[in-house]
Amino acid sequence: MENRKTSAYYENRAVQFGVVSTEWLAQAQSATVHPAPSPPLPPSHNDADKPFSVIEEFNAWRKHPDLAEAVAAIRALAAVIRSSKATTMMQLEIQLKSASDSLKRWDTTSISLTAACDLFMRYVTRTSALEYEDFNSAKSRLLERAEKFGEISFKARNIITMLSQDFIFNGCTILVHGFSRVVLQILKFAAQNNKLFRVFCTEGRPDRTGLRLSNELAKLDVPVKLVIDSAVAYTMDEVDMVFVGADGVVESGGIINMMGTYQIAMVAKSMNKPVYVAAESYKFARFYPLDQKDLAPALRPVDFGVPIPSKVEVECSARDYTPPQYLTLLFTDLGVLTPSVVSDELIQLYL
Amino acid sequence: MEARRAPRAVIDPKVRRVGFFAPPDRSRSGPPDPISFDISPTANSLSPVMIPPPRHSSESLSLHARPAATSPSGEESVTAGSYSSSSEFFPAPMSPAPSSYSSRTIADDGDFFDSGKVASSFPRGGFDLTAMKASSVPASELTTGAVVNADSLAIREREKADKGGGSAVEVKDQALNAKQKKEKTTKAERRALQEAQRAAKAAAKAEGNKASGTLASVNVKPARAAKLPQKVDNASVAASEKKGGDRPQEKDRKKDVPQPRMQYDDKSRVDKAKRRAVVKQTEAKNRVELFRHLPQYEHGSQLPDLEAKFFQLGPVHPAVYKVGLQYLSGDISGGNARCIAMLQAFQEAIKDYRVPTEKTLVRDLTAKLSSYVSFLIECRPLSISMGNAIRFLKSRIAKLPLTLSESESKTSLQSDVERFINEKIILANKVIVKHAITKIRDGDVLLTYGSSSAVEMILLHAHELGKQFRVVVVDSRPRLRGKLLLRRLVEKGLRCTYTHINAVSYIMNEVTRVFLGASSVLSNGTVYSGVGTACVAMVAHAFRVPVLVCCEAYKFHERVQHDSICSNELGNPDIISTVQSREDVNHLEAWANTENLQLLNLIYDATPSDYVSMIITDYGMVPPTSVPVIVREYSREHVWI
Repeated sequence: MENRKTSAYYENRAVQFGVVSTEWLAQAQSATVHPAPSPPLPPSHNDADKPFSVIEEFNAWRKHPDLAEAVAAIRALAAVIRSSKATTMMQLEIQLKSASDSLKRWDTTSISLTAACDLFMRYVTRTSALEYEDFNSAKSRLLERAEKFGEISFKARNIITMLSQDFIFNGCTILVHGFSRVVLQILKFAAQNNKLFRVFCTEGRPDRTGLRLSNELAKLDVPVKLVIDSAVAYTMDEVDMVFVGADGVVESGGIINMMGTYQIAMVAKSMNKPVYVAAESYKFARFYPLDQKDLAPALRPVDFGVPIPSKVEVECSARDYTPPQYLTLLFTDLGVLTPSVVSDELIQLYL
Repeated sequence: MEARRAPRAVIDPKVRRVGFFAPPDRSRSGPPDPISFDISPTANSLSPVMIPPPRHSSESLSLHARPAATSPSGEESVTAGSYSSSSEFFPAPMSPAPSSYSSRTIADDGDFFDSGKVASSFPRGGFDLTAMKASSVPASELTTGAVVNADSLAIREREKADKGGGSAVEVKDQALNAKQKKEKTTKAERRALQEAQRAAKAAAKAEGNKASGTLASVNVKPARAAKLPQKVDNASVAASEKKGGDRPQEKDRKKDVPQPRMQYDDKSRVDKAKRRAVVKQTEAKNRVELFRHLPQYEHGSQLPDLEAKFFQLGPVHPAVYKVGLQYLSGDISGGNARCIAMLQAFQEAIKDYRVPTEKTLVRDLTAKLSSYVSFLIECRPLSISMGNAIRFLKSRIAKLPLTLSESESKTSLQSDVERFINEKIILANKVIVKHAITKIRDGDVLLTYGSSSAVEMILLHAHELGKQFRVVVVDSRPRLRGKLLLRRLVEKGLRCTYTHINAVSYIMNEVTRVFLGASSVLSNGTVYSGVGTACVAMVAHAFRVPVLVCCEAYKFHERVQHDSICSNELGNPDIISTVQSREDVNHLEAWANTENLQLLNLIYDATPSDYVSMIITDYGMVPPTSVPVIVREYSREHVWI
């Protein structure tokens, strides 16, 4: 695994999905040799003697299966403020900046991580009255804002769930791609409110997310049908809408998501089916790809189940970019937006 | 006369807004702004040729009356009559009744000048007098009242539109009274007569009895009152008058209403403009029908004429004169170059400016500036970037605190202009280059059209950074500006291919990115740029090549345009008929004599936003749909500058 530049983000997601693959098995084997990872609770703040590591904190938060990586990053950054020993605002800001940079460096391919760190910095350091207060009150103010941002991000999923309920009507067929916790929550909530609908899950190779998702949905007694990725166009006739999550929302209004989303969106658009994206607002990134190759490559090894001869290359990019013209609406905690509004929001936020 | 009026009312669209608009005067309090934006985004702007309102607290009385007056007038009474009048104008920024504002712009120089002055000094006593007439205000009266109080009143109104109170009538009556004090010329009487007829007709159409009844009830001479509504129709005349470079005319402050760009298909207006023009232009023969609304003059005749008049043109500062000549001859071309040259000329003019006795710096300097701008327009129509820069300068002048001395004001203005050039043009270009560099990868083939300063900087900088790429320069007749760009690129060692626009579909399948410059980007994402840009963008779109437009934010405009016809610039048709260095190709030598032949040389065209993948500005990389957001943020920023 080490010799290939695998995106840590996707690795983590694979772990969370609990998909068993050959790589995972190999990893599990090696894990038995080394000690088990640290417990999933954040380290206590009492050990002042131990130097504070934002990465450790971040990793600790990340272990929560329900917590999005970006929210974990935000919480970690909030912890940086809390445990900072700086005595001036400048020092604190520098510490924050370096913590944010190290988090971003930890995984350069993750858009939501970068976006969340940037947004956090903007949000937290935007308070204008900071210069005039004494340091402690300013610090507590900063901390308050940081926690609030963490809360907002955490609650974003609930807001999105509420907003999207109107779009699911009785008797509809939804096509879902990839395992997005937001989408799962939406469907869960709809099912709990006794809406009658059925779901088509794409298999989602190489992550095989479809298997996990269909498992979850079956527990809710929602009629689920698994389709292989190639059968999307075949089944698109029966589908009423497509629901996907997003790893990142870019400035043009398009999304970066698991490989296959672009294909599905294109098919849906040509058959006039709406494509809905559920994304929290901290995923909005100031990034504008012009085509698929404009993204930083995020690689994910593909497990074919059989050994591949070495001369054969494998396309192992983990994600693709869906341009905004294929998307109908974005459900975010800022409201239900059209793709062109994303840039407006970004401009307002960053300028 | 009436027959002449009526057809115009029919032909002109209801609300036509073309031209450059300035945001409403920001010194106003907050609440008016949202309203004005609701009414019409472009309504709240001044044309760059207008003078911002003077600031005299004593005159505030008359002002606040207007908005209240016009509103209770009732849309029903005013709008009907004012609709035809507002056909060429924009609704007033604040007031819901459009006509009143628009009517302001009309003017006969002398009349308004005096009336404005008199009205401004009108004592409080006038209140009672006017208040009595409040009840019996007919629609036409309101219009007239609005008209008269063009300058001082209108402007202050806009500022204090949030204050209600008073009555429009009092304003109107002040104006009317003011008029009484001044000796009316016979022209006014004639106009009054015309207007009475027209107003009666309009009122009869709108309200029937009410108009005629109230018309009679006005105690002021009906002729006078009637004259004013007529002015509403003559807004276009006012536009043409504004084209003249006379300073006293500018001082009338009738330019609060956003002025539509003058439409050149109306003979009367064109004649009026010609009478006042500094540059003698002869109209071209064989004009294309579709473009009759744009000015087209014989080229080659103006330059010697202007040069001869150099020492006679007192009002025009030599630096401005020089820039005007350079525009005429085509020595300076390109949005940024023209804008910078103009601003530097204005800096010089401000430096040499001396306030005449008994005049205020703000008003007089703005008037002078407007006269310079009129002169420049006669040399060559303003580009949108120049319009925005002029608007900025005028707003800075208007915001000068009264406590500053003359020299302090002048240095402050000069430093403002300097800062504008540095921040909005030079630094903005640097930021654009920084963003655009990230979109150039090794192995790219970049296509560019024409010669854009921003694109040139990007290509040179990318080359300096060591990126490996090829450039395709697409060029087109008659200006062949691509040749200059090609020369500069090859000098620096870039690998270039040069072709004409006929071959753009041939070469496009090798291209990976298209970089285009823009003269302006409009609110609906349309890119307004040199003619041929739309073609290149369309072909690129067909080949699925991303199109990146590089444009500084100060060039954005809140106008919306769907085609290249309603607003454009016509160049010299003679250069189409000849090919340089090919004297044997002279089939069109006598084209002007052929009645059926018309040559069209368009300068700009409009590229729809669908063909544009992204716009690179100093605000970052944005999709074309975000331009109105930036226009909004940008104009707000003006307040804090």
